[in-house]
Amino acid sequence: MLILECPHCGIRAEETELAPGGEAHLKRFGPGSSDQEFEDYMFARKNPKGVHFERWRHAYGCGKWFIAARCTATLEVFGTYPAQTAAPPQHIIDAVKTRRPGWEGYK
Amino acid sequence: MRRYSVFAIAREAMRHHTGWERAWASPEPRASYDVVIVGAGGHGLATAYYLGKNFGITNVAVIEKGWLGGGNTGRNTTIIRSNYLQDPSAAIYDKALSLYENLSQDLNYNVMFSPRGLLMLAQTHHEVRGYLRTVHANNLQGVKTEWIGPEKVKELVPIINIHGPRYPILGALYQERGGTARHDAVAWGYARACSAMGMHIIQQCEVTGVRSEGGQVTGVDTTKGHIGCKKLGIVVAGHSGQVAAMAGFRLPVESMALQALVSEPIKPCMDVVVMANTVHGYMSQSDKGEMVIGGGTDGFNNYTQRGSFHHIEETLRALIETFPMISRLKMLRQWGGIVDMTGDRSPLISKTPLGNCFINCGWGTGGFKAIPGSGWAMAELVAKGEPGPLAAEFSIDRFKEGRFIDESVAAGVAH
Repeated sequence: MLILECPHCGIRAEETELAPGGEAHLKRFGPGSSDQEFEDYMFARKNPKGVHFERWRHAYGCGKWFIAARCTATLEVFGTYPAQTAAPPQHIIDAVKTRRPGWEGYK
Repeated sequence: MRRYSVFAIAREAMRHHTGWERAWASPEPRASYDVVIVGAGGHGLATAYYLGKNFGITNVAVIEKGWLGGGNTGRNTTIIRSNYLQDPSAAIYDKALSLYENLSQDLNYNVMFSPRGLLMLAQTHHEVRGYLRTVHANNLQGVKTEWIGPEKVKELVPIINIHGPRYPILGALYQERGGTARHDAVAWGYARACSAMGMHIIQQCEVTGVRSEGGQVTGVDTTKGHIGCKKLGIVVAGHSGQVAAMAGFRLPVESMALQALVSEPIKPCMDVVVMANTVHGYMSQSDKGEMVIGGGTDGFNNYTQRGSFHHIEETLRALIETFPMISRLKMLRQWGGIVDMTGDRSPLISKTPLGNCFINCGWGTGGFKAIPGSGWAMAELVAKGEPGPLAAEFSIDRFKEGRFIDESVAAGVAH
């Protein structure tokens, strides 16, 4: 069972307390963008086999959104941080690189 | 290929079963083929089979990183039905069902297709209206389904509790032609038939790269060396995004875990397939007597072929209310498969940015029932370079153009 620490209230929450919210750090495109950009924003996902950044909500806890860095191939969790963060913070990137030396970095 | 028949059994019985030959050959790859299909699951093998049968293209290799039929083909709940709301879905799933009906004879391999009838329970008023609509749509599509009341449900499924407090049975959508088949046998039957046509099925051979030149694929790098091809078909379900990335394009697909489980074997108690979409519980009884149970997907990206325990718990909790007699059953095995979910929960059978590369994926939680129809449509796409009527609506362009085939709502999530 997946256990994620909520960065807002500090509780180590197991999966039944949490609601998954899909890929994090999506760049939004709306009116005025090209068809390709809008399609990619709506539907194209990185879907990596390995390090993945995704949104979660502490649904049955504090109710706030956060982002988890997680490995989709092993279910290992590298860390969590608040959703009000535009890009993965340095300490999370360091934590991933410690355990995945071959990781190419966040793209 | 030596045909299987009652005479073959008699002949082999006389000589202590020494004359059975291997069902398919395991050759080393040649330097190049007319068509390379990546993925020897049901869909990949069916694609190869209909390439040979319908279009006479037999210089084909099907390459597989694990073993044949070892992915989702061997991990599903084997339900077959075609009672879809949207026309493109009903067309391809009904084509698949029609092919399943004669598949054992066609392949000379017993796939144990069992058209035992299939019920989709309506447990909320919303579902009642949704299924009534589907029945009308099916009748217009020429797919025979009917709406039946709770008493008829009880007659078909004596073990059901139609008066559950949370999830009462208000009726059901009934497809008499629906049923199950032996999932492994479908893969094995297609593999044997492909091998008999001279195609190469190469197992334990993982694709590590896709080579292209000027917008055309020239071959694939594999753990058994480079294999050239004139056309490439990618039919790899959960790992579609990975192979597409090697070929240099992205897909509207996310990979998630879907679980199933079986109980200890019990005496025959249920001879139809029952789906309860509100609670994500699907149950049928296998020929061995096990209750085969499927649930819903986990909501997050996952490649580990194992899912979360609480999803099983939710499924069983609801099924126990609907089928009180299973409450004391022990569950024997549980497993997960990685399903490829598209944005509209409908599949892709499509051309790609590379001219001679085609993709068949996105079957999500409903791939097994589609295998023959999917292979049929994909073979036409690969052979002609353009989609036929079955595949046309499943183009990847629909996400750009907004032509979704919205079955995720229509089919009540389950596929």
